[in-house]
Amino acid sequence: MPQANNELINTASREDIDQWVAKYPADKKQSAVMAALRIVQDQNGCWLTTELMDAVADYLDMDKIHVYEVATFYSMYEHKPLGKHKICVCTNISCMVCGSGEIVAHLEDKLDIKMGETTEDNRFTLKEVECLGACSGAPMMQIGENYYENLDAEKIDTILDGLK
Amino acid sequence: MANEVCFRTLHLDEPWTLESYLSVGGYQSLKKILTEKIPAEDIIEQVKTSALRGRGGAGFPTGLKWSFMPRHSEGQKYIVCNSDEGEPGTCKDRDILRYNPHQLIEGMAIAGYCIGADTGYNYIRGEFWEPYSRFDNALKEAREAGYLGDKLFGSDFNFDAHSHLGGGAYICGEETALLESIEGKKGQPRFKPPFPAGFGLYGKPTTINNTETLASIPVIVEKGAQWFLEHGKPNNGGTKLFSVSGNLKRPGNYEIDMGTPFSELLEMCGGMKDGYKLKAVIPGGSSSPVIPGEQMMDVTMDYDSIQAAGSMLGSGAVIILDDNVCMVNALARLSHFYQEESCGQCTPCREGTGWISHIMHRIEHGYGKQEDIDLLDKVAGDIMGRTICALGEAASMPVKGFLKDYRDEFQYHIDHKKCMVGPGSK
Repeated sequence: MPQANNELINTASREDIDQWVAKYPADKKQSAVMAALRIVQDQNGCWLTTELMDAVADYLDMDKIHVYEVATFYSMYEHKPLGKHKICVCTNISCMVCGSGEIVAHLEDKLDIKMGETTEDNRFTLKEVECLGACSGAPMMQIGENYYENLDAEKIDTILDGLK
Repeated sequence: MANEVCFRTLHLDEPWTLESYLSVGGYQSLKKILTEKIPAEDIIEQVKTSALRGRGGAGFPTGLKWSFMPRHSEGQKYIVCNSDEGEPGTCKDRDILRYNPHQLIEGMAIAGYCIGADTGYNYIRGEFWEPYSRFDNALKEAREAGYLGDKLFGSDFNFDAHSHLGGGAYICGEETALLESIEGKKGQPRFKPPFPAGFGLYGKPTTINNTETLASIPVIVEKGAQWFLEHGKPNNGGTKLFSVSGNLKRPGNYEIDMGTPFSELLEMCGGMKDGYKLKAVIPGGSSSPVIPGEQMMDVTMDYDSIQAAGSMLGSGAVIILDDNVCMVNALARLSHFYQEESCGQCTPCREGTGWISHIMHRIEHGYGKQEDIDLLDKVAGDIMGRTICALGEAASMPVKGFLKDYRDEFQYHIDHKKCMVGPGSK
């Protein structure tokens, strides 16, 4: 297969991936595949293309099928374009008991989209997620790397208004 | 007493720094072991005596697990920390990583010494970016200060640790799925035997322990097995972190003595929020059977007492269900979770969790049939004991638990096509 594929991975991403590769035994580069997929996904904005997955396979000397398996098994890898901000709302038991239903309703109403959809201006995507491990701060959501806990409608408005 | 073990830095400003950890006696247990050349067998005995059991949910005796390792055999061995915290209701390991990461590193190093491993990996769930950053910074601080690296404290013991970030999969909390995931594969559990102590990460002998388990080790070594054991009751030694969630005045993580009455824990949380009454408790994470509130008031927070009440201490996630919660709605949500998270490898789990979720969905939405209640019970029973890992049991036990004590609410849903209690009853 053409090695040109892995030129899709930019220099900064390669350096980042190399730091992960260094954590594992020299003959176990495949261990860095989860990190590599996350890094190229971020490089691409928010989602993985087949070309990017192939580039990761080339870079880590893996069969493409094994990269696809990982990329489709874990929920944090996306396979279609999303809005600039992915809003992950937990609706599992602790959040549900503490009113995640109202949080979802408020977000859907405010953004005029349903869960799983993206706003027309491509700024926001709403995603329902399973327990994110912040249950004593329920109800909660995640945007980017940040957790937002003890949510109510007013707090959500402030958070969304504060996003660039 | 509270916050004496994993949370012992919590009262400090920036409790996660090396400076904070050193101020409470950090890395002194590792130093003592290495400079006084205490044999690994003695430490393993001490951990056995302390009665420390796996804090991730399974409750397996930690010292016994360590003793399975072929520590004298040549070749690479690994210690792996399981910070893939994902059991609904559980949020304690997140706070250890955020507020006391150095104690976990010291615990991993001591475990490494005991099992003959010079390398450790900490598997942190992918969504935990802040906890991961704190832990990774702590690794850097520890390396620079000489608490990780070669010839620690002048001994011939070398140890280093690394973090590995997950990608969003509950199943990776299962120890062999976690190993597959570190190897860069789908997180599907391995058939056992062979057990990880014989064939673990990259096929090498490996011990996997939960974050809270490993973070407890430095304090057990420092204060002694007896001290730890006495914080609790016979067969239920030590302190435990309880993640309490629900409509309480002060939900949160509480590190308390094992054997503390549930009623006291409830008081620590300030009791129920005004306008809410205690209905039931899921005492050990979403996989543990629900216990009615009045029965729970007589239970103490330890393995034996919760087991006698028909449930499990599990991960220590105490989910409080109030009088507004419809039990059909609650089980429908949990069943959806297990269907989503089944890895698909074993037919009884892959198909069974789907069946349970679909049946729960139709009961919840008013399309339930009379025979559905018995069918739920049968499907749940048919999964149990027929799968490679415990996810099948984890999906089935809540079904059995909810049906045992709240069958009337399921019947009401089928008869009236609406909830018996809560907002959905109107």
